[in-house]
Amino acid sequence: MTDFLNALVVLANFVLIPGVAYGSQLALGALGVTLIFAVLRFTNIAHGDTMAFGAMITIFVTWALQAAGVSIAPLPTALLGLPVGIAATAALVYGTDRLIYRFYRQQKVAPVMLLIVSIGIMFIMNGLVRFIIGPDDQRFADGERFIISARDFKVMTGLDEGLAIRTTQGLTVVTAVLVVAALFWFLNRTRMGKSMRAYSDNEDLALLSGINPEKVVAVTWLIVAALATIAGVLYGLDKSFKPFTYFQLLLPVFAAAIVGGLGSPLGAIAGGFVIAFSEVTITYAFKKVLEYLLPEALEPSGLVQLMATDYKFAVSFAILVIVLLIKPTGLFGGKA
Amino acid sequence: MTDTTAAPPSPAASGSAPFLLGDAMTGGYGSADILHGCTLAVEKGEIAVIVGPNGAGKSTAMKAVFGMLNLRRGQVLLDGQDITRLSPQDRVRLGMGFVPQTHNIFTSMTVEENLEMGAFIRTDDYSGTMAQVYDLFPILRDKRHQAAGELSGGQRQQVAVGRALMTQPKVLMLDEPTAGVSPIVMDELFDRIIEVARTGISILMVEQNARQALEIADKGYVLVQGANRYTDTGAALLADPDVRKSFLGG
Repeated sequence: MTDFLNALVVLANFVLIPGVAYGSQLALGALGVTLIFAVLRFTNIAHGDTMAFGAMITIFVTWALQAAGVSIAPLPTALLGLPVGIAATAALVYGTDRLIYRFYRQQKVAPVMLLIVSIGIMFIMNGLVRFIIGPDDQRFADGERFIISARDFKVMTGLDEGLAIRTTQGLTVVTAVLVVAALFWFLNRTRMGKSMRAYSDNEDLALLSGINPEKVVAVTWLIVAALATIAGVLYGLDKSFKPFTYFQLLLPVFAAAIVGGLGSPLGAIAGGFVIAFSEVTITYAFKKVLEYLLPEALEPSGLVQLMATDYKFAVSFAILVIVLLIKPTGLFGGKA
Repeated sequence: MTDTTAAPPSPAASGSAPFLLGDAMTGGYGSADILHGCTLAVEKGEIAVIVGPNGAGKSTAMKAVFGMLNLRRGQVLLDGQDITRLSPQDRVRLGMGFVPQTHNIFTSMTVEENLEMGAFIRTDDYSGTMAQVYDLFPILRDKRHQAAGELSGGQRQQVAVGRALMTQPKVLMLDEPTAGVSPIVMDELFDRIIEVARTGISILMVEQNARQALEIADKGYVLVQGANRYTDTGAALLADPDVRKSFLGG
């Protein structure tokens, strides 16, 4: 019995909790991608770097606040910087839309053109972030490190294995739940949210109904900026901030959005968790869990790790390919 | 009935202008004209039906009245006001409702949300109008929380008409409302359209089912190659041997 509980704790500590936290971050990122796809009808390659930009601004504000001695311990100071980060990112993406995307939208170009335009914007944002904050790792997490530390857990339960829940992990999940609830309330209950869905569903009929497309587009960018910044900051708090990592995040974020079905908000959330848990379980070494569960004679000598963590991006890529081959519209029947 | 083959005299010049008038409209989508001096008029509370062979420019004529293509010549008057240069959106605000032939509902949204979006430009309380739409199409009340895309063809058309009615239009324009629905559903839709007209709303409608449409029409327009060929009351057109032979299959 104790062995079983120990195995469960190990699994929770190394797979379940990190998976839920990472899944929430991917879900928030994928929601941004899926909203852009639903309303503006293109795939925004610059989304990873939008997350990096939002996180960067938040980091600067956090550092300034830390220098000024402001603290909301046990919570990380970055939460106070978040609104500024969101505002700056909203200004950036909306400015980009006015300067660049709107021009192409008025030309009524094919979605693939906008995708290529967004690749250009990705390079600019990419350079901008590295130019301002540099390519190195930045740490900005402060406040209480753990909700439950491994040692406390062992003392509490008397088990051999410890279960640690970091503050950033708890914060990630709570924030993600709040943000998603607010987003769904907005999309399903408010006039503006419904008009966004209507515009996404049938552009011509939305215009006939008197819905102002420029307003829909502006609100969409605002929401996407908020989602991207929150996702970026949560990821940075949980791991660390490095511009290149955010660029790499693009792949799992896109995989999540596509697995769920591009254009479907519910799908983006489900997709985020599918990708996160696939990545974590496939790259986790199950040796310790099995040692607790199996009789001594059957204990594995290897690590029982399907794939080295270096290959974690291959997981999202493989899932992406499988979904596109078997069910291109994704789990929740998106548009692509 | 003897002079039905001649082009109708321009009602704009004759003094008592009809409620909605597309007068001597000439134009098309590109450089080539599709409409050649086509004239359409609807009186208040009447049903006008546009029929004609495929490619006659029926839908184009209606879109021209609604401002969806540029006219090179001619004008469109609504209640005496020249609206030729207004965008379709502005025409909706002036009291014109338009039901496109396809893609005329928000498939991923519920029936009720479709009606709400129809009333998007209204800032007043539209619950009364919604109740009227539900009274007109009772089945929609039962299905109001269901996604419109899950409904049958006839029910979808009811949603489409209901959406357009939410702005309380003075003129309702329908582009082939019975396309792809069964004959029974078609009869029912026509009954509902008559009911709408009885409330004082003018109806301008393009129809493939020419015979049935002319039966309910106060006025019928037979278009051929973008120009008026016959114009008369629906009953007179149905009785006209030339119209019967050429357009109604005998």
